Amino acid sequence: MELFKEDKVYNFLGKGKIFFIASFVLFFISIAIIAIKGFSFGIDFTGGTVVQIKYTQDAPIGKIRESLKKSELFEHATVSEFGSSQEIVIKTPASTVGLSNDIGDTTKEILKDTGEFEIRRVDMVGPKVGDELRVKGLTAFLLTLLAIMATVTFRYEWRFALAAIIAIVHDIVITFGFVSFFEVDFNIESVAALLMILGYSIHDTIIVYDRVRENIEESKETDFVYLINEAVSRTQSRTSLTSLTVFFVVLTLYVFGGDIMLGFSFPMLVGVVIGTYSSIFVAAQLVVWTGFSVGAYRQKLAEKVKNQAEKERMRAQFESGVM
Amino acid sequence: MKPNFRLIILALATIFGLIFSAPSLLQLDSGKKVTLGLDLQGGLHMLLGVKDEEAISSRIKSIAASVKNFSEKKDIIVDSFSFDEDSVTIVLLDKDEVKTIKEYLTAIKGSAITVDGNNISVSLTAEEVSRTKEQAISQAIETIRNRLDQFGLSEPTVTRQGESQILVELAGIKTADEEQRARELISRSAKLELMAVDEDRAARVNSMSKADAASYGDVILEDANNPQIKHLVREIPILDGSMLTDAHVGFDQNNRPLINFTLNAEGAEIFGDFTGKSVGKRLAVVLDGKVYSAPNINERIGGGSGQISGSYTVVEAKDLAIALRSGSLLVPIYVMEKRSVGPSLGADSIRAALLALASGFGLVILFMMFYYGLAGVIANIAVVINLFIILGLISLLGATLTLPGMAGIVLHIGLAVDSNIIINERIREGLRAGIPPSRAIAEGYQKAMRAILDSNITQILACTILYAYGTGAIKGFAVTLSMGLLASMLTAIVGTYGIYQLFMSRIEKNKNYTLWFGMSKRKGA
Repeated sequence: MELFKEDKVYNFLGKGKIFFIASFVLFFISIAIIAIKGFSFGIDFTGGTVVQIKYTQDAPIGKIRESLKKSELFEHATVSEFGSSQEIVIKTPASTVGLSNDIGDTTKEILKDTGEFEIRRVDMVGPKVGDELRVKGLTAFLLTLLAIMATVTFRYEWRFALAAIIAIVHDIVITFGFVSFFEVDFNIESVAALLMILGYSIHDTIIVYDRVRENIEESKETDFVYLINEAVSRTQSRTSLTSLTVFFVVLTLYVFGGDIMLGFSFPMLVGVVIGTYSSIFVAAQLVVWTGFSVGAYRQKLAEKVKNQAEKERMRAQFESGVM
Repeated sequence: MKPNFRLIILALATIFGLIFSAPSLLQLDSGKKVTLGLDLQGGLHMLLGVKDEEAISSRIKSIAASVKNFSEKKDIIVDSFSFDEDSVTIVLLDKDEVKTIKEYLTAIKGSAITVDGNNISVSLTAEEVSRTKEQAISQAIETIRNRLDQFGLSEPTVTRQGESQILVELAGIKTADEEQRARELISRSAKLELMAVDEDRAARVNSMSKADAASYGDVILEDANNPQIKHLVREIPILDGSMLTDAHVGFDQNNRPLINFTLNAEGAEIFGDFTGKSVGKRLAVVLDGKVYSAPNINERIGGGSGQISGSYTVVEAKDLAIALRSGSLLVPIYVMEKRSVGPSLGADSIRAALLALASGFGLVILFMMFYYGLAGVIANIAVVINLFIILGLISLLGATLTLPGMAGIVLHIGLAVDSNIIINERIREGLRAGIPPSRAIAEGYQKAMRAILDSNITQILACTILYAYGTGAIKGFAVTLSMGLLASMLTAIVGTYGIYQLFMSRIEKNKNYTLWFGMSKRKGA
């Protein structure tokens, strides 16, 4: 089966303005959503407690809310269904420090009249841990960006790196705009998703860049726009196909992974789509706007080859004892 | 058809994967199995903080106590002791005595002394402060470890994290009650003290304030069974739990559980001397600041053994005995983070993750076969081998498989075929251009290689950072994903090429690109 006509060069850049405007609009809408709605940060970051309880019958949510009022630990608690009508999750910003009688024990005690249940999970994070995690998450994110910037600069050129970073930020902001809009919990798994999207996005982008580089090196074409169009057209089938397989697995995680994986699977689902879009329509295009010159790059390459040849010539001379 | 070196590498990798993943997959008794994370098998994960500043204040208190002893012996009159968080100021009545006290204090290791008139302030040097804190933490870790070892769970982990945090991981906790028991056992300070009841003033205890008691050198303690009952005991204990060598559960004549303890030689001697001197008086058995019993001393008690009786269940008595045996916690600990997962939820998570794995895997495999024909089958073989290798590596390295780790494997399946998609697309390009298959394949691999390497290296870099900065479960994600990436370079790049080489002569002969590479039939082809 073939879905893409390989020999045709599509004019992706010709419609560059449309995509640019689309990305621009989506990007700023996302920023606006995040600014207005913010994230519903999980307890990993804010501190607090999550208790997951499974009842043997339908969970009596009204009664549970009523019972929770007995303890001030649950003053700002929310109770919601989790996966099925028998299972609920209680979230409260409070946490306890004592070992022998903690918030999980309290929950068990005050809910004992609401029916037969089993406490399946108690996650409690103190406020200090949350702060530490936030710092760590942000550091990890920035370090990864830096590492990518360095690798791409080393393997390609700084303009490529710059464009790649802009594309990544574009992907991540839009993805998390969706996360904010749909009020999906932002927890430690979401940070993993964020870094994965980052990795995935750069992976896609590099495949396209590699083709651009190959085209520059192998063809005589001087029109950079054409070279990019050709590279994007050639890699488009692989970009789409891989995105499809990744999309398959992320979709199964989203469908079967349950609510517990939602903080990971939802951003991944959005991120894969946005990442694919930006690799095809945004990343390569950005390189054009950074003022990349094919001529200069070829010259640099030629010089590199010349230097290499010169070195080898010298070595050969040295070894043959002419010097 | 003859084997080539790539095929041999693939075969070796396959054997490796099969051998090391077999114990986990077939649930064999021998061999290393995959360790499931607490989120998958159920258990308790706690990050504990240590109030190490309390170690400093108790050091200061003990210095003050020794100064008190010393001054009493030398007949030096101390006007007052005033305690700060990390220092004590001793005010002397006579300025001439300052020198003697100062000399005594200088001899104490790690003390920092400042003198101002009649006032002597003692604190600890910065070096001593960090040494004391360090000691408090390692003592706490050691004690908690000892207690949990005797609790009866398989492989409890107690490790230090960061500067002053303790990570406790208990797998296999089944019920909420069991979890609570474990937590109580960990947190119990288990400080045993034998104290003399102040018989002269004991009758007045209910009308006495704390300050009154202190002025006589006494303290007022609650009764363990009935908080209404107060006991007046001498402040400085006769001996404490550090001289205890053994504690175990016994039963009294009414068959109620109690704890028998044995003292070491030094403790036994002090105990014998004291009881000999104090016949007719009472001895309070104090545990964690509460009086458990205060029996009359009828005669000198030699042999150094005693009992703690109280109203507790056999299980409570057992845990208490464990806590006493493993020594007391010198500093209080508190919970910074706790995650507990019931075994049923863990099983549900495994089921959900396996379902996602199976269906994601199925979709990808079908798609590859459908789109690429036999080339897709070859890529699929690589993915399957890849999975075995990941599992084998996890078992072999003793890494822990967590829920995010399983998500990482699922995600990896989608990414693993990518190398083969890149390669297959390249091969198709070559074939379309009319290049013969053997050259198309060779060029396809060669050209795809650079892109694959570039992008895999960036991704492994991202995983490394994720590992370094992630916590527990996230680390598992980074581990499985980077193992997958490494394994896929072997199977997808080297291995599949080997398979093509094996069938090369056939491909060349029948030239059926639709069958081999899933290409559409075209006019003239």
